[in-house]
Order: sequence, then C-alpha cells, then structure tokens
Amino acid sequence: MKFWDTLSGLDRRILYLLLALAVALPLILKPHVAIRTSEPVRRAFNAVESLPEGSVVMISIDYDPSSAPEVQPMLVAILRHCFRRNLKVILTGQLALGLPLGEIALNQVAPEMNKTYGVDYVNIGYRPGYTAMMVGIGREIRDYFQTDYRGVPLDSFEFMRAVHNYRDIGLLVSLAHGGVADAWIIYVGGRFGQRIVVGCTGVNAPNLYQFYSSGQLAGLIGGLQGASEYETLIDRPGSATLGMPAQSVAHGLIILLLCIGNLGFLISRRRKKN
Amino acid sequence: MLLNLIGTWVAATLTIAILSFLYKENPLYRVAEHLYVGISAGFAIIYVWSFDVYPMLIQAFQRHLAEGNRAEAWILLIPAGLGLMMLLRSIPKLAWISRWPMSFTIGIGAGLGLVATVQGYLLPQVTDTLRPLVTVNNAVLYVGVISTLLYFYFSREHRGALGAVSRVGIIFIMVAFGANFGYTVMARISLLIGRFYFLLHDWLHVIR
Amino acid sequence: MLKRNLPLAIVFTTALLLVAAFFIPHRPFGDLESRFLNWYAIVAGFTYLLGIDSLARHHILRVTRRAPGWPFSLLLVLALFGTLGLGVYSWFKFQSPFALRAPFMWLYTYMIIPLQATMFATLAFFIVSAAYRAFRVRNFSATLLLLAACLVMFGNVPLGGEVWRAVASAMHKVIPSIDPAALGALEIPAVVKDWLMKVGQTAAVRGIGIGLSLGGIAMSLRIVLGIERTYLSS
Repeated sequence: MKFWDTLSGLDRRILYLLLALAVALPLILKPHVAIRTSEPVRRAFNAVESLPEGSVVMISIDYDPSSAPEVQPMLVAILRHCFRRNLKVILTGQLALGLPLGEIALNQVAPEMNKTYGVDYVNIGYRPGYTAMMVGIGREIRDYFQTDYRGVPLDSFEFMRAVHNYRDIGLLVSLAHGGVADAWIIYVGGRFGQRIVVGCTGVNAPNLYQFYSSGQLAGLIGGLQGASEYETLIDRPGSATLGMPAQSVAHGLIILLLCIGNLGFLISRRRKKN
Repeated sequence: MLLNLIGTWVAATLTIAILSFLYKENPLYRVAEHLYVGISAGFAIIYVWSFDVYPMLIQAFQRHLAEGNRAEAWILLIPAGLGLMMLLRSIPKLAWISRWPMSFTIGIGAGLGLVATVQGYLLPQVTDTLRPLVTVNNAVLYVGVISTLLYFYFSREHRGALGAVSRVGIIFIMVAFGANFGYTVMARISLLIGRFYFLLHDWLHVIR
Repeated sequence: MLKRNLPLAIVFTTALLLVAAFFIPHRPFGDLESRFLNWYAIVAGFTYLLGIDSLARHHILRVTRRAPGWPFSLLLVLALFGTLGLGVYSWFKFQSPFALRAPFMWLYTYMIIPLQATMFATLAFFIVSAAYRAFRVRNFSATLLLLAACLVMFGNVPLGGEVWRAVASAMHKVIPSIDPAALGALEIPAVVKDWLMKVGQTAAVRGIGIGLSLGGIAMSLRIVLGIERTYLSS
C-alpha cells in the first residue's frame, strides 16, 4: 500500500520529464497516424471551396505568439487553400502582437503559390478597439483603413476598389484565441449576416460549438487536431499533422496518469474505511 | 543568414530560460521574464503609433487638408483631445478629466453591446434551442439548456421540482467543464509541441 | 457637474445614439455612429499607453531607489526603451517597423515569439502535475467531469482511432463474424467526442451564455441609465 502512497506523491519533476519525453520522442521518431476529419472542419473547408474564383476572403489574425503553435498551421493551410482557389485575401488583425504572424505566413505561402502582393492579397493592418472597427467597416472599410499596413492607398490595389464593406466579402475567417471570435459572430454575423468560419485554440473551441450548432458559423476548426484535419483536406500535411503523434502520446500519458492517481486515491480511501 | 543564426540561438536561450522555471525559480528565468515585459511594452507603443495615431490622426488630418476638407481635419482634434485626456489619468490632480474619454468609450461599448447581444447572441441561441423534440439530440439540448439556466437561479432554494431540475443541470455543467478541461489540455500540449519542435528542428536540427 | 454629471451625460448620449443608429441607419444617426466608432478606435489606442506609463514608472522608481531585484527592473526599462529605439529606427529606414527585413521584426521573431510562446507552453507541465495530484473522483460530479475530460482527450487525437481499431481486431478474434474493418471505421471514440461537444456540452455552455448575456444587458442598461457608476472612480 506504501506503493500507492509513493505513487500519489511522485515528484512533479518526474511528471515533467515524462511529459517532455512523451512530446519529444514522437516528434523525433515521426510515426504515421491517420487523421480523421470531423464535420465542423469539413464544413469550414467547404465554405472556402464553394466560393467562386475571384471572391474576397477576409482573414483576421486574432491570436498572438502564445497560441501560434495551434493556430498558425490553420492560417498557412487556409492561405494555401485560398490561393489554390484563386481567391483574393485581405489580411487584418485584432491583436497587436499577432499581426506580424500573418505577415510571416503570407511571406511563406504567397511565393510558393506564385501570388503577388496587391494583386492577390493585401494586408490592411490593425486598429485598436475591435468591436467599433468590426461594426464600422460594415459601412465602409475606408472609414478605418485608407491604406494598407505599409501606407499604400487601398484604391491603388485593383481588387480592393470593389471592396467597401461586408457585402463585398465572400467569407470572413477569424483565427482567434480569446473572445474576439465571439465578437465577430455577435457583432458582424448578427448585424450584417456575414458568413464566418472560425479557427480557434483548444481552450476556446468548446465555447464556440454553440455558435456552430446554431448555424452562426459556417465552419469551426478547433485546436491542433482541427488544423491537422484541414491540412489533410487540402492534401498538404504541415506542422499540425507533424505534431499529432506527439499530441496522441501526451494525451495517452495524461489519461494514464489520471487513472493511476485516482486508482491510488480509491485504494487509499477504501483502506481508510476498513 | 548570420542574423538568423544568432536569432535562433537567442530564441533557444530564452526558451530554455523560461523552461528552467520548471526546476525552480532562478535569475535566468527572471531575466527572460523582465525582458518579455519590457519588449512587449515597447512593442505596444510602436503599435499605437503605427496603427492608430499616425494613420487615423496625422495622415487623416493631412488627407482632409489636401482634399480641402478643413472642417473634417479640425474635427479630428476632438478624438485627439479625448485621447490625451485619457493619459491625464496618470496625474492624480487631473485624473478626473479622464472620466470624459472613459465615459465615451463605455457609452460606445454599452450602446453597441446592448443591441448586438440580443441580435447576435440571445435570439439565435434561443431560437436554435427551440427545436422540435423529435430527435434525442434535440431533446437532450433542450433539457440541458433549461436545466442549466435553472441551476443558476438562486432566488429560490433548490428543493422539490427546482432541486431535481438543478441536479440534472449539474450533470450537464460537469460534462461541459470536463470537455473544457479536455480541450484545454490539448491546447497546452500543442503549445509545448510547438516549442519542442522549434528546439529540436530549428535549433538542434535533430528533426529533419 | 463636470466631474460627475457630464460623464453620465456622455455615456447616456453615446449609448442612445448607437442604439438609435441601429434602427435608423440614415443621416444623421448613421454618419454620427460612423464618426463615433472612428473616434473610439483612436481613444482606445491611447488607453493602451496608460498601462505602459504605470509599468515604466513603477520600474524606474525601483531602479532609482535600489529596491530588491532592481537590476531586473533596469533590464525591463532598457528593454522597453531599446525596443522603442529599434522601432523608430525601423520606421525611418523601412517605412514600417513591420517590414520583414526590419530589425524590429527580428526582435519580434527571435524574442517576442519564443518568450510569449514558452511562457504559455509551461502551462502544459503544470496542468499535468495538477491533474495527477489533485484531480480526484471524490463524488459523482467529479467522476462525471473526469469521464467527460477523458472521453474528449481520447477522441480528439488519432490515439482514440488506433485503440478502437485494435479493439475491433480483438473482437474479431473472439467473435469471427464481426468485420474488423467495418467496426474500426465506426471510430466510436471520435463519434462520442463529437456528440459530447455538439450536444452534451453545448447545452450547458449555451445555458450559461444565455444567463451571462441577460446579465450583460442588465449591466449595460444600468451603466447607460447612470445607476452603475463604478467606472467614475479615479
């Protein structure tokens, strides 16, 4: 019985080491795992796939480096999908520290898909006070963004001349952590009827299912699993798919530890009762 | 290329410095922590200038003057003034002036939120809950929403019928919290995978 | 009058205008709404600077008074002004601090990203340690919570599918009439997780959300009507 007491009181650094190994070893060994696609991610994929060529997609970078490992793969996959479908992309953001991540992704994906800044995509930058901006650009984007983030007038980009508000945007993709995705759905989806797909961290995904269930979201991509599913759908595995074996092993470890911890607890409790 | 190499080593050092906290708090961790706060604060100031003050005040002012719209240009002094008044919060004797811009932002937030909450959240969510009870899923959803709402009704003691429904509500709430925990674990592990990938691939080149 | 009544009047007027603009989007309400929202963005930017001012003052004071740990505060202040300097330099050299070749972006890529990402990545270790030590099935509610968490964690990763396919193969060995491929394709762990997310937990989250939104509406009304005045305290 001392065994269970010892096990229950295991030094936390041993647990840290076990977790580190559970994550590192699969990354190094790269075992193959089958990725099953779920309905919310398939619908997100179809929302982009069904857009006519030349449609405008607005992608909002509503996350920052603290969530980048989960959400950045989604951005890269969606950009690849949009460019493959010859859609026009407008990049914006609601989190100050997140916008450069969008620029990094664009500079990774655009050259490999032969897309040109100003012709196929534009980065319009960021404005503080996101709810006001979300409602404000429902009337006219130029009320907030006269130029792109480099200071070039928006009207100097050919495809932007026809884009004034949400009526000219085929799909809004919010890649978010925190409550920004909720704000897009409530303020923009509710008021302007804009079609919205959300890619979010695992922490936010449970909360967003209610919007998916009510039809307020055209699709939902949740966490690293969701990102790997989207990569599978566009047939271009990336960092999310690479991380899934490690995710699997880590989850298995945690479930095992929970079982062991509770088994020890139940045995101790029974012993005390007897 | 050299800058990228130096950068990778700087990033790896900072990553290990933060991870060293897992062993115990140490000066290396505190250096990284204070660097993070300082750099983030500096970043925020540059952001406010680049994406707020410069384009929405200075460039807008110049543009209106160039277009001959003098009234529009000078009206921009109002939000500029409100912004500067906000900064007076730091001076105790003049802090009361910051109530005006604060009230302005709160009024905007309340006004937007009042309508948006009803139109964008309440109505769609209630409408979706009121589905025909012809499938198990619809029935479970309906029972779950009602029982959860009733659980949080504390104006009456949870006894009798209300008590029974509240207990059903707790079941749904526990399932929601468990699902939340499961997804949170997934999220945090994903972040760890990201950092380990950087260390093993970008820094040590163990992963090819 | 200026300290109390004017702020209350500002809140009431702006909120009323925005609600009116929702129902009457034409002039003058629509134009005023657009203008006010624009001003909001400008003022919101200045709000960020408030926190930074407070931070900088606190740490500069610690350095001048040689408080315990003052070298770290000095590092913070130097990092703050160093970043500012680099940002200004990048602004003039590259017309934007966020040009990928700018030194400012080097700082972002090789310092902000690793620092912020690692800060949050360490939470994984704490969550594992806390779950192992503290997550105990003391009663029915805790058991339910643990069960839901395990089902979601299991169904969310390929491990769930692999284990289920192994179970299907094992069942085929015991009951040969069972088709392991067909049974394995059912992916029961993932299906259970999908149901839990779409129906089970959505019900509770929606119930909580409806309650919160009703509370939010009540609070907004209280603020607009001047009943709630806590925001006026300096």
